[in-house]
Amino acid sequence: MNADQLIPLIFGRLTWEALPLHEPILVVTMSVVILGGLALFGALTYFKMWGYLWKEWFTTVDHKKIGIMYMILGLIMFVRGFADAIMMRIQQAMAFGGSEGYLNAHHYDQIFTAHGVIMIFFVAMPLVTGIMNYVVPLQIGARDVSFPFLNNFSFWMTTAGALIVMASLFVGEFARTGWLAYPPLSGIGYSPGVGVDYYIWALQIAGVGTTLSGINLIATIVKMRAPGMGMMKMPVFTWTSLCTNVLIVASFPVLTAVLALLTLDRYVGTNFFTNDFGGNPMMYVNLIWIWGHPEVYILILPLFGVFSEIASTFSGKKLFGYTSMVYATVVITILSYLVWLHHFFTMGSGASVNSFFGITTMIISIPTGAKIFNWLFTMYRGRIRFELPMMWLIAFMLTFVIGGMTGVLLAVPPADFVLHNSLFLVAHFHNVIIGGVLFGLFAAINFWWPKAFGFKLDKKWGLISFWCWVPGFWLAFLPLYVLGLMGVTRRMRVFDDPSLQIWFVIAAIGAGVIALGIAAMFIQFAVSIINRDKLRDTTGDPWGGRTLEWATSSPPPAYNFAATPYVHDADAWWDMKKQGYQRPLSGYKAIHMPSNTGAGIIISGLCLVMGLALIWYIWWLAAISFIGVLAVSIGHTFNYKRDYYIPEDEVRATEEARTRALAGTEA
Amino acid sequence: MSFQNEADYPAAYERQPSRRLPFARRFSIGSALRRLRLLLLAPLVALLSACNLVVLNPAGDVAAQQGDLLMISTLLMLIIIVPVMALIVFFAWKYRASNKEAEAEYQPDWDHSTSLELVIWAAPLMIIICLGALTWAGTHLLDPYRPIDRIKPGQAVDESVEPLQVNVVALDWKWMFIYPQYGIATVNELAAPIDRPIRFHITSSSVMNSFYIPALAGQIYAMPGMETKLHAVINRPGEYEGFSANYSGDGFSNMRFAFHGLDQAGFDQWVSGVRQGGQTLDRDQYLELEKPSEKVPVLHFGAVDGALWDAILNMCVEPGKMCMGEMMAIDRQGGLSMASVRNTMPLVYDKYAGRGKSPAYFGSNESYVMTICTPLQAEAAAADRMRRAELDTVAGPASLERLTGQGLSPKQTPMASLTTLARNPFATGPVPTDIRSVPNA
Repeated sequence: MNADQLIPLIFGRLTWEALPLHEPILVVTMSVVILGGLALFGALTYFKMWGYLWKEWFTTVDHKKIGIMYMILGLIMFVRGFADAIMMRIQQAMAFGGSEGYLNAHHYDQIFTAHGVIMIFFVAMPLVTGIMNYVVPLQIGARDVSFPFLNNFSFWMTTAGALIVMASLFVGEFARTGWLAYPPLSGIGYSPGVGVDYYIWALQIAGVGTTLSGINLIATIVKMRAPGMGMMKMPVFTWTSLCTNVLIVASFPVLTAVLALLTLDRYVGTNFFTNDFGGNPMMYVNLIWIWGHPEVYILILPLFGVFSEIASTFSGKKLFGYTSMVYATVVITILSYLVWLHHFFTMGSGASVNSFFGITTMIISIPTGAKIFNWLFTMYRGRIRFELPMMWLIAFMLTFVIGGMTGVLLAVPPADFVLHNSLFLVAHFHNVIIGGVLFGLFAAINFWWPKAFGFKLDKKWGLISFWCWVPGFWLAFLPLYVLGLMGVTRRMRVFDDPSLQIWFVIAAIGAGVIALGIAAMFIQFAVSIINRDKLRDTTGDPWGGRTLEWATSSPPPAYNFAATPYVHDADAWWDMKKQGYQRPLSGYKAIHMPSNTGAGIIISGLCLVMGLALIWYIWWLAAISFIGVLAVSIGHTFNYKRDYYIPEDEVRATEEARTRALAGTEA
Repeated sequence: MSFQNEADYPAAYERQPSRRLPFARRFSIGSALRRLRLLLLAPLVALLSACNLVVLNPAGDVAAQQGDLLMISTLLMLIIIVPVMALIVFFAWKYRASNKEAEAEYQPDWDHSTSLELVIWAAPLMIIICLGALTWAGTHLLDPYRPIDRIKPGQAVDESVEPLQVNVVALDWKWMFIYPQYGIATVNELAAPIDRPIRFHITSSSVMNSFYIPALAGQIYAMPGMETKLHAVINRPGEYEGFSANYSGDGFSNMRFAFHGLDQAGFDQWVSGVRQGGQTLDRDQYLELEKPSEKVPVLHFGAVDGALWDAILNMCVEPGKMCMGEMMAIDRQGGLSMASVRNTMPLVYDKYAGRGKSPAYFGSNESYVMTICTPLQAEAAAADRMRRAELDTVAGPASLERLTGQGLSPKQTPMASLTTLARNPFATGPVPTDIRSVPNA
């Protein structure tokens, strides 16, 4: 066997050409990332942080730490996704009058695909999951989630998926298909490179994490609520989390299946979605949206819950219409499965089919509208404190109703025929995803940060971020609404008509203002960490909270609650405060807790290697890492050191420290 | 609007006299701000008036109706959106913690009002019922598969005028238009006489695209091996832009064409101009054109192989390849069992040239199914398919009756195509090519 045969056997289709040394933008990015990575690695080594990180964070099964890690992952990926957005805005503002802009088709098409994939799967999902992970067990008075190891494993699988997407930036290429990779374009015939394979394996690996985390949170919410907390006494955020996770568990398998079929088409030459041999690409489009539509509710529902908590907390009132809020959430959950076809009215379904799906889509706006009214009447006769979370709520309500309106508009099939795939559509879904999901996440971060770290976030920089984001959003997306009405379609790289340019320039300026908002947010974090002593909250309840997470200290101890609370009301903590609840100061017991384990990160690491090997056709490595995954998984079942007890003394010491801290505040 | 305790609500306003002075002062600042805002809005208004919102002001009757529906739906929704937005701002301002006047109204435990709940569920429901009715009717009336029944408001279609048929093929990355009634074809240029109904039959050669001329009518996907349809009419002469509205690869941005709306004389002149183009569009020429290319200049073909469209649609332009219609007919009769497995041939030409050819790693090489007909039989089968396609369009012209009532079936004896609609609402849709094919062996 000579070298010509040996090298492909060892390296698959990985060659030196896979490194994008001819793309100056990528070379610069790559060197910055490599240098930054080396600096970080050096610093961690120098300060001997590896042991700490491994023991306290990487192997942790504490839902709070995992929640924080999800947030960090989401924020890092957010910077990447936003960099893609800025690049697209600049390209579209430049490429007029014969100018090709600064990005060629090969590069630009990867960017818009990566932007969509990253923002949905590796920004919105981790941030939403992170918030649920952190808050839900605290809200229901639990010590941890039902399956703490699985939680750790889910996080690392999501991270492995994110790493695969990031790897595509520097080795090979990412998909050039749009974020849902419609065949036949994504088939092996029309996308022969590694791009779509990167897409498939990133989503499959991250999807395992998402599904498992969905199962975990359902089990947690169903089985681990504090005594007395019936279903209709659950906080609204817990309710929306429950519905979200039901959606995850019911819809992600569809994504897994449809991507598996696409994988078979690409790897073994089956013909599920090909043009020839009886394949049918329309099947893919249907299947992916049967997952894809519930997905948008997976993203928004938890934030509806967040806004409900914030509306009642900062209005100092009980949430208006708790029952109708819960039913609205459940109705949205069910209806979200009956609307998928509205993403492709233009694929040629008959008028009755199109009307059916158009009308079911409109019906969703009824429970959603009811939610808006519920928040509105929660404010009515309240005492509204305009802290940052409340400001995000107001901005959300004003922005989201517009996005909702354009959404219903797009649900009218004849209107969709003229607006489908246009920039109007792009403006619409950014209007609901930024105006709903992102604003909600910023509200949630400002709301629960003091719980997670024991000090509030700096208000001044928070306000700067807010006032950059909200007008910046409108500046960036109103022009896209206008362009959509001018008949401009999405994913264009160059334009003919010079009269369009001004709108793209305005949109690019808007994106610039948003960039300032993002910068202000990171400055806000930094300033708050530096001034943490001034912003310190020792009460554990800085906002006058209403639900159980505010009953414990900030940050909460590993065991969350020294004594399991008993719940009488949906606003459990508000009720406890009203009844003059006293913290038990004695009678502590040793607390049974799950042990940390490295199995999650090791299995996910092996999955990451397997994914990369499959992408590059390095079969021996894929086989070895797959065997490794099996071996470690089986090995982990023989790990009997899964739990430990926090001794009574330690619990007492922790709780007494809190007693002193509380006394300090009161004095 | 009703409140839980209606007596309480107006009470908030009864103290107004004491607030009058600060209120007035605020008002003057407010009006100054408003004037300033107008000033700020001026450039926006100027910009908007300068640009061409083609979706709202198109030149074709179908697009115009779609645009109208868009406006009506928006106005309908604004009935609820505007008050809600106003209330959000008003409540946020009025019930701010620093407002001492509202302190007396504070009701921390007020969380339910049946009448209010009724209103907040019923009000959106009413709007959606109206919008739903509008949607049902609009979707059926503006179904792209349904032949149009009017040229413009107040002018019905003249049944003696035969609609212009254009067969559209989305290629990598250009558009081909075949005019079967004239025996001509063009690439990246489309023309139609004003006020004459146009019937588009649309397919694609490789991947999904979307055929969209905003000034003319809404879009519809172009998909390989499938036929979608679109009916439209252009009312104003002019040159309009058409393009693909569904991303299809590298050359997507430049996949645009000019659409000329011409008067009858102009159209006749244009047709004879194309005829003089001289070249014939046959299978070889098509296979050459099908290869990926970008920014292709306008091409004219004075003659077209009559069986080409059927072959494109059935994905059997390449000689020796089995047509989809043929394959489906065989399958419908039970298939050829194991014999069919061996009935494939490796592709000899590079179909994916320019997109990089690469078969699945573990799969067999790219191949195609051989035809089992003799050339004569294949020709007969294709002729049969085409005859049926012809019948399909000619036998079921538009019933010009207004659609009414349940399922929007027409009042009087419906004609063929609409009977199908009434009997089976799911009948329209991308037509698998075999619908028109017959067993032929």
